[in-house]
Amino acid sequence: MMRFMWTIIRRDLLLVARQPAEMINPLVFFVLVIALFPLGISPEASLLSQTAAGVIWVAAMLATLLSLELLFKLDHDDGSLEQLLLAPYPSWSLVLAKVFVHWLVSGLPLILISPLIATMLFLPSHAVPALMLSLLIGTPTLSLLGAIGAALVTGVRGGGMLLTLLILPLYVPVIIFGASSVAAAAQGMAIGGYMALLAAMFVFALMITPWAAGAALKL
Amino acid sequence: MKRNIEKEMVFMTQSIWRMPRWFHQMGSPKWFYDFAGILQPWFAVAAFVLLTWGAIWGLAFAPADYQQGNSFRIMYVHVPAAILSQSIFLGMAIAGAIGLIWKMKVAFMVARSCIAIGATFTAIALLTGAIWGKPTWGAYWVWDARLTSTLVLFFLYAGVMALNQAITERQVAGKATAILAIVGTINIPIIKYSVEWWNTLHQSSSFTLTDKPSMPADMYLPLLLTVLGSYCLFALVVLIRTRAQILQTQTSASWLMQHRDITGA
Repeated sequence: MMRFMWTIIRRDLLLVARQPAEMINPLVFFVLVIALFPLGISPEASLLSQTAAGVIWVAAMLATLLSLELLFKLDHDDGSLEQLLLAPYPSWSLVLAKVFVHWLVSGLPLILISPLIATMLFLPSHAVPALMLSLLIGTPTLSLLGAIGAALVTGVRGGGMLLTLLILPLYVPVIIFGASSVAAAAQGMAIGGYMALLAAMFVFALMITPWAAGAALKL
Repeated sequence: MKRNIEKEMVFMTQSIWRMPRWFHQMGSPKWFYDFAGILQPWFAVAAFVLLTWGAIWGLAFAPADYQQGNSFRIMYVHVPAAILSQSIFLGMAIAGAIGLIWKMKVAFMVARSCIAIGATFTAIALLTGAIWGKPTWGAYWVWDARLTSTLVLFFLYAGVMALNQAITERQVAGKATAILAIVGTINIPIIKYSVEWWNTLHQSSSFTLTDKPSMPADMYLPLLLTVLGSYCLFALVVLIRTRAQILQTQTSASWLMQHRDITGA
């Protein structure tokens, strides 16, 4: 089974390498959405630094959701998803492998670029490690939860909008603790509790979502 | 080899999860249709009596609150709606799980019937809450934990409804809805506690069946009546809607063609 998952991971990474736009688009979207906020609210540093944590987290969430639509769709359209589900391995292993690649491709770049974004939004520099850590724990949870929605809307017309409707309510706890941890760090408070809660949600999502998404794929 | 293990597991789950006879009978559209037809008038009468009695007692005869005056009386609509909004989501998930585990079409129909009713009760709870909030807190809406989690619950209903409508094949739609409802139900407590730690203004619940009530009996009993009445109303509407779905999907079933509801005999 490990070999099965490894094969999927290698195959998906190869597909992304041949189509690098798939990896870059969510990143550009992330930066673009964040750039809209100073234009829409105010370029004032004091206001931006207060809203930075929430803005970055919301943008990360939207970028994740946009890229999630394609998680199973391409494989479904060319028929390979059906073959992969027929393989004598549990469907959750397929989901787990694909989610891992999705996070590598869309979650990790967001984390790497976040210090730059944080500077642009005047987030205090001592809060940047907290931002990166919270994104590091939080974005895999987003990818995992989103996999359920992606699996449910695979093969449904207009799945992208539907996906956001299904999944955004489930993201509420992640954004609360993700953004609060950054805000707490900016005020110089301890962030251990927030990180523990984010990690707990990640572990919980890791246990439940591959199973649920696998069941949804088989419908 | 693998096939054998799978078969054995199916056999094991079947023997562990052996359910009484009536449970499996409920899975038959014909049986459910008839049974629901018998229950329907009882729930109708109970809902009418309980709601009328509770509403008149609560609105006209219960004493005014010493702080909130008469504005508290919206509680007799607000609290039942809020309780029902959560119960129905849970009920929908349970019905969906039954459908997934025992492969019962009727359970999916019940779950499908729950969606719109639950969304309506959630909307009523939000609306009456806003009306109640104005005189009590001075604002129609505050980003308080309970209000926010109810709003998120409404969004969850909206998602379930959208998914159910987007998939045209009923069987697939039923299964997909069931999975989403189960995931949502697991998430509801997490959402609830996360918003609670985030922000709290709403008074804590003063209505439970297990503890001694914290309000006088003249206030408490009408509320109990309206809550029970709302449950009966919900049961009634679910039965009607599920029966309607049975009629829609079983158009060619021979039992239906000979049924007294159709033939008029």
